[in-house]
Amino acid sequence: MIRLEKRPQASQVFSWATPLLAVLATMFFGGLLFAALGKDPITSILTIFWQPLFGDFAFYYRPQLLIKGAPLVLIAIGLSLGFKAGIWNIGAEGQYIMGAIFGAATGLAFYPTESFLIFPLMILAGALGGLVWAMIPAVLKVKFGTNEILVSLMLVYVAEQFLASMSLGLLKNPEGFGFPGSRNLQQYPSSHNAELIAGSGMHWGVVAALIAVIFAYVLLARHQLGFAIRVTGEAPRAAKFSGVNPTRLVLFCMGMSGLLAGLAGMFEVAGPAGQITIDFNVGYGFTAIIVAFLGRLHPIGILLAGGLMALTYIGGDIAQSQLGLPAAAIQVFQGMLLFFLLAFDLFTNYQLRFGRAEVA
Amino acid sequence: MDLSAINPLLFVAGFLVAATPLIFAALGELVVEKSGVLNLGVEGMMIIGAICGFATAVETGSPLLGFAAAAVGGAALSLLFAFLTQITLANQVASGLALTLFGLGFSALLGQSYVGVKPPRLDEVNFGLLHDIPVLGPILFSHDIILYLGFAMVVAVWALLKFTRAGLILRAVGESHDAAHALGYKVVRIRTLAIMFGGACAGLGGAYISLIRVPQWTEGMTAGVGWIALALVVFASWKPWRLLLGAYLFGGITQLQLNLQGAGVAIPVEYLAMSPYIITILVLVVLSADKSAAPASLGRNFHASS
Repeated sequence: MIRLEKRPQASQVFSWATPLLAVLATMFFGGLLFAALGKDPITSILTIFWQPLFGDFAFYYRPQLLIKGAPLVLIAIGLSLGFKAGIWNIGAEGQYIMGAIFGAATGLAFYPTESFLIFPLMILAGALGGLVWAMIPAVLKVKFGTNEILVSLMLVYVAEQFLASMSLGLLKNPEGFGFPGSRNLQQYPSSHNAELIAGSGMHWGVVAALIAVIFAYVLLARHQLGFAIRVTGEAPRAAKFSGVNPTRLVLFCMGMSGLLAGLAGMFEVAGPAGQITIDFNVGYGFTAIIVAFLGRLHPIGILLAGGLMALTYIGGDIAQSQLGLPAAAIQVFQGMLLFFLLAFDLFTNYQLRFGRAEVA
Repeated sequence: MDLSAINPLLFVAGFLVAATPLIFAALGELVVEKSGVLNLGVEGMMIIGAICGFATAVETGSPLLGFAAAAVGGAALSLLFAFLTQITLANQVASGLALTLFGLGFSALLGQSYVGVKPPRLDEVNFGLLHDIPVLGPILFSHDIILYLGFAMVVAVWALLKFTRAGLILRAVGESHDAAHALGYKVVRIRTLAIMFGGACAGLGGAYISLIRVPQWTEGMTAGVGWIALALVVFASWKPWRLLLGAYLFGGITQLQLNLQGAGVAIPVEYLAMSPYIITILVLVVLSADKSAAPASLGRNFHASS
């Protein structure tokens, strides 16, 4: 008879082993999935995890790792703060879109003026866009007790429609021959989020992501606010008695995650994407949720998880072009990862006991 | 703008159709939440139902078999959620999100070869003379069997929760799982059954979108209906009849904004398309003040040791 018994304290070992186990399980079952799709499982897995790093064209793919990883880490760091405290901002995708729109609109407003002030202004605008969008569910939650999960998610759909409207209307390139989409910011030097070292993939978004990781680490480990976040998540009643202000906490966590998501959107639109288009957003805001959990809501863990998830994006692209693996298969692969992670997490808080069941 | 282009009869009949996926999904979630479980994976189960139903209907030529397959598909996916939250005691919010992310990807994978295919049509129920009644006929008696099934299920769930022993046990588990456990009820088993019922309902709702309302398969075609269904449960304060009312309200808004788009109102299409989501938020704001109706154990995991 096997029973589950609650551990007196969460297991440190399992807390860090769980993500690794989940990745291995995902590789195994992902391999089965690829085999079911008629692809060689070993080749597929190697294509996804090995080729981008050490394959023949790794020099091209490695910079991509930073480009794809930066928005994921930026957004996930913000989300993790709220998730730790039991505040669920699910609408990062919408905040990402609004950050991009605000940032791009600010840059385009100055076109074709050249000034070194424009890019910093765009950064501020992008952060503001995400912040404003995240403050809607935050303020509604604080004022009216509305569920922040549902509101932030609804706002994703609103933001998507707004994005469509912007790329077909106000922000449309007047010299774009009627095609939807804004002017390309890459061709406007003052607004271009260019690579800091050519060919490295390192742009300002990557720098921002690294700063965010350090900032979150210090906040959680050394600052009183970080302590409030951790206590609220682990023992809400204790938090109340120790004088944590829940209103401030909601506003801070939602606002910070929105701000970072907005920044991610702004860096993306000014750099790798270049322009506002109808299908500008590719789901980073949702994938970042997986990244946050995979990284155990810990800043360093999120950095690693962001890299891994970026790898699956790039490897997925390669597998798509070389092996004809459908794009959706990678989405399933990423979803599986979260499943296994949640399932294996059981062993962090519980242990298996073998032996006779007690008589109830 | 030409408002006369909107035919009031077709409009009303249309909003009954638009409301049906919401009725199914929200009703399923209502039962799940009554048992004390918060499953945020409605969107994922709906889209899986949508593709399972669509594929089966196309392959077999029978829409009804399609709906059956949709219910099975939705319930199968919900079992994953049940495993995560009931057996491995994972966080319900995270598990629900995982279900949605996984469902969206998996449905896209399943549906690759069905893009652009036309599904077989489900015929209207033959009401004979009733159909010929002016006004009421075209509104009430010109639909397919699944739409009436949705209505019947609202009545059935209401009666089940209110008058039967099974309903009482379900509510007891949702209000206080410790007390229910102490009385000898199998909390995990009851919750798993409720979760599966919710999955089957969400699957039916999804298939109603892909087989009847649209009818076509496109990736991510449920477009947030599952999330609106979740909001609807709050709106209904966990009461089946208010849920029906809410679904018709949202169906009406969706249909109205589509009709206004068709009639060429001066408001840009994108802003009209936003309206159902914005109205959902407004409704949540107005109704969130009263949380007393929520099941007391909602979202809390149960383990016999604690």
